[in-house]
Formats: sequence, structure tokens, C-alpha cells
Amino acid sequence: MKWLWRYSPLLLLAAAWQLVSYFDLVSSTALPPLSDVIRAWIDMIKDGEILSNGAASLIRLGAGLGLSIAIGAVLGIGMAWWKPVNILLAPIVEIFYPLPKSALIPVTVIWLGFGDSSKILLIFLGCMLPVTLGAFNGARASEQVLVWSARSMGAGRLRMLWDVVVPSALPELLNGIRTAIALSFILLVSSELIVARSGFGYLIGFLGANGTYDAMYAVVFTVAFLGFAADRIYLLLVQRMLSWRQ
Amino acid sequence: MTLPELALRFLRSVSFAGARVFSIVLLAALWEALARSGVVTHFQLPALSEVIERIWSDGVSGDLWINTGLTLYRAMVGFAIAAAGGIVLGMAMSRLALARWFFDPIISVGFPMPKIAFLPVVILWLGVFDISKITMIVFDAIFPVVAATVIAIQGVERELIWSARNMGANERELLWQIVLPAALPQIMTGLQVALPISLIVAVVTEMLMGGYGLGGAMITASRFANSTGVFAGIVEIAIVGYALVKAMALIRRRLLIWHQEANAPTTV
Repeated sequence: MKWLWRYSPLLLLAAAWQLVSYFDLVSSTALPPLSDVIRAWIDMIKDGEILSNGAASLIRLGAGLGLSIAIGAVLGIGMAWWKPVNILLAPIVEIFYPLPKSALIPVTVIWLGFGDSSKILLIFLGCMLPVTLGAFNGARASEQVLVWSARSMGAGRLRMLWDVVVPSALPELLNGIRTAIALSFILLVSSELIVARSGFGYLIGFLGANGTYDAMYAVVFTVAFLGFAADRIYLLLVQRMLSWRQ
Repeated sequence: MTLPELALRFLRSVSFAGARVFSIVLLAALWEALARSGVVTHFQLPALSEVIERIWSDGVSGDLWINTGLTLYRAMVGFAIAAAGGIVLGMAMSRLALARWFFDPIISVGFPMPKIAFLPVVILWLGVFDISKITMIVFDAIFPVVAATVIAIQGVERELIWSARNMGANERELLWQIVLPAALPQIMTGLQVALPISLIVAVVTEMLMGGYGLGGAMITASRFANSTGVFAGIVEIAIVGYALVKAMALIRRRLLIWHQEANAPTTV
């Protein structure tokens, strides 16, 4: 009940949407009634259009994000742990961090064409730096006292890395991954809108060009909802993982 | 400290500064070498020297300045509207219960959404010109500002507000002289998140809608399979992004010079 009250403004907006198009206050091409959008969504679920394109998108997203998390975390912790790595990589990270990642879209297309691999590369390149920076800041701030006491207890260098530095880097690292998840959806959709033959972005562009706007709205809201759901699920997982920190 | 020790320390500090430039020079040299070696085709990776030549000729012909100017104009107008609107909305949400009730779920649901998916809807409503690009930028950049402002104002210490009230400050003085300055560091953080978003969205909208602008020029070059143009675009956009982020960090240090964090090292 409390939950319903909290999200009631969203229901209000949905009702306003339905009423506005019901009374023809705006043209129904610009804003098809919510009921039509829902009907179009159910139809697309039934004929599998949204599922097959969605699967294509989510595979790209998962592959790119997985790579960026694995490699980004290793790079970031490496930068904090070994000085030479830091000296070599820090200036490069500093240059590429502010680069608007969407500028990479045409480059990945030149390298890998129009298929899956160019999107995976784009998401990987775009999402790696937030993860790297999170891991670096977290690992750098790992408490010197912990490192010393581990060393005095005879922990080896690698053992220490795994048992002390990685856990204390975790909160910031997980924060960096959250940024990366949000970014990955943006990159996925924009690259699919620009060049693709399957996926959510492709479907949105295709339906828009066909003028079936109710279906286009359905896909737009599906993507938006997935981005939101991914963030919420991730937050729940993080709370689980960090429960030892109290 | 003996002389050799001093010399060593000096050498170390020089090599530290050198190392920063070193890896960038190394990257540039690798690029040039790889492009000339024939391992990759000219289409996949044009030589850096060619890319720089291309940027130079764009600069001479004036295209570079038109495109950079337009992209910056869209990104900055969008950013300014998002910043002003976001701070006002954030303040309203922290003071008025009605505004909080209405906007809180919208912000918390809308923040993690990939707003770029709404681009075709915005094109449908507003066309493909500046107005829809700027609308899209505002739509994307306003969320971090609102969220940061709400959190910042919540975080202002009660004691500060009580003592100001106690000393007879009225509501307006309280807002301008106590609450906003105390909330400024976190609001600035929100703005620093919003600025790169503005630029990302500016570039994407230009790519999708075509026309002038750095993103538009890149996508045109890519349609004509002109990879030198694409790489020139990426270097130009990288420089603009770097300059903007650095400028923002500078403004932050200036504005927050009274705050203890001004001495703290920055991450980006």
C-alpha cells in the first residue's frame, strides 16, 4: 500500500496520457493512446518480435559489459598495485575518460562492421574506464594498516592482493560497475539506432520509419524499463555482497 | 642529504613528469607505426599524421570551427537548462511536500533509464533540428543534477540551519547564505556528472539526425567510407571533451576554494 502511494504519480501520468489521447487533445500519431501501446506490446510478445530482438540486444550488452568489468577491474587494481602500470596507463586513462563514448560508434563500425562484434567492442571500450577508475580509487584507498598487518602476519604479495586489496576496493569498484551498466544501455541503444539489423534500437528505428508508432512506443518503454530494472537488480545484489561491511 | 641523493630525487621527479608524456607519445607512435606497417588497411586505421593533416585542413577551411561551435552550443545550452532547471527542481523537492511526492518516483525511475531510447519520440514531436537535440540533452542531463541537489540539501547540517535561524535569518537569507553554499559541493558533483552526459547526447543526436556538428561530420564521413574523417572526428571530440571536463574541474576548485576539499586530490 505504501509502495502504491509512493509510485502513484506515475499512475497519474499514465492516466493523463490515456485521457489526453482519448479526448483527441493531441494527434494520435504523436501520442498513441496508452491502451494501444499496451496492445501492440502484447502482440509483439506473441509473435516473438520483441523477444528475438531483445535477445540479440541483451547478448551484446552482456558480452560487452562482462569484458569491460573483467578487464577494467584487473587494470584498475593493477594500476593501484604496481607503480609502472600506473605510470604507463594513468595518462591514457586521463585522456580517454572524458571522451564522449558515443564518438566511438563509427570507429567500431569501421573496424568490425555492422554486426554484433562492433557493438560488443563499443560497449566494452565505453564501459571499461568507469570500472577501471572505480577499482583504482578503491584499491588505492585500501587501508595501509590492513596492508601492514597482513604483511606482518606473513602474507605473500599475491595473497595480500587477493585478501586485502581486492575486498577493500570492492565498494568503489561496484559503484564504477553501476555507472558502466547505465552507460552500456545508452551505448547499446544508440549504436543500434545508428547501424544494426537486429536489436531493440533497430526495432525502434524500423517501427518509427514504418509509422507504427504505438509499437515503437512499446519498444521504447521496454528498453527504458529494462535499464531501470537492471539498475535495481544490481543494487540488490550489491547490498547482498557488501553485507559484511557493517 | 647528500648530493647523489638529491640528484636521484631530481631525476626521479623529472622522469615522473616525463612518464606522463611518454605513454601518450608511445600511443601516438604505435598508432603511426601500426598504420604504416601494412598489418591493417588504410581504411581500418589511417596514419595519425594524415588525421592531423585532415584536422588542419578542416581548421583552415573553417568547417572545424563551425562543427565544434555547433556541438558546443547545443551541449552547453542543454547543460545550462538542465543545471538551472535541475537545481530549481531539486530545491522545490526538498522544500515542498507536494513537489517531492510528485517528482520523487519520476526521478528515481527515470534516472537509471536509457533516455536515449526516447530519441525517436522526441524527433516525432519536435523534428530534427536544434530544438529536439537540446531537448534530448536536457532530458538526459537533468536527472543527475536533481538527484544531487536533493541529496545535497538533505545533507546540510541541522546545526547550521538552527543557528542561522537563531541569529534571526529569514527564509530567503537562510536559502542563499546557508543552505545553497553548504550544498554546493554535492551540487557541483551532480553538474560534473551532467556535463559529459550533455556532450555524449549532443554527439549521438547529431549522429542520428545528421546535419552540422562534430557528430554529424563523423557520421557523414563514415557514410562515405572516409575513415580519415572518422578518426579526425574522434580526435576533435576527444579534445573538446577533455577541455570541458578540465574547465569544469577548474570552476569547481574556484567556487569551492573555501571548502576543505579544494586541497584534496581530484580523481578525474
